Amino acid sequence: MRYLQYRGGEGMLAWALHRISGVAVWAFILLHVLDIWLVGANPDLYNEVLALYASPVGRVGETLVGAALLYHALNGLRIIVMDFWPSTTVWHKQLWYACWVVFFAVGIPGAYIILSPIWTGAH
Amino acid sequence: MSTTTRSGRAKPAGGGWELAIWYLIRLSGLGLFVLALAHYSITHFVFDVTVQEADWILDERWGSLVWRTVDWLMLTLVIFHSFMGVRTVVGDYTRGGLRTALTMGLYGLALVLFAMGTMVVATLPFPVK
Repeated sequence: MRYLQYRGGEGMLAWALHRISGVAVWAFILLHVLDIWLVGANPDLYNEVLALYASPVGRVGETLVGAALLYHALNGLRIIVMDFWPSTTVWHKQLWYACWVVFFAVGIPGAYIILSPIWTGAH
Repeated sequence: MSTTTRSGRAKPAGGGWELAIWYLIRLSGLGLFVLALAHYSITHFVFDVTVQEADWILDERWGSLVWRTVDWLMLTLVIFHSFMGVRTVVGDYTRGGLRTALTMGLYGLALVLFAMGTMVVATLPFPVK
């Protein structure tokens, strides 16, 4: 675990992932506002973009966007808790592990729902 | 005394705009915790992507003023939260003229996207029943 020791294991990793997931969701927002704008400006083109979202590659992409969003949301809540109740910072590692428990408990069934049309062929 | 946190940006000392933004990032984050996760759940778990064609958005999704208002509120929060977040990232890795140029570029892009999103949610016709 020495490569995680810049500021200390979990804390730094939580920070790095928060930043990476945040920039990733921001990048998707740029695309997403644009595609929803097309609903008014060019509905046919919007429907073509939607078909890309519904493709296998699109579904994998949406799952990754969802993972970034979910991590950012959960860890963001952890940051808010520690910012407004600084005494909880003592538990920053445990709070981070709790984020991951929720992440997988919600994320695995969620990913299954989004991805399963790829192999069942059903919509 | 240092109130360091392991993931969040340190609270700016001295007040002013930077402190207001620090609070607003957290407040908008709380709002988005509910709005963005609900939005993702509705658009991926409640409905499959394939049904959400332009006509469906016109007739169902944005067939009510309530949903349009909720989505516009989410647009407002997400534009503020995400662009101010990226501004923090830009501020961490650049300085001088480049930082100023990138930050101004971000503000410009934020305004354009906010205008585009507001335009479609406000002007898309309601279904004729």
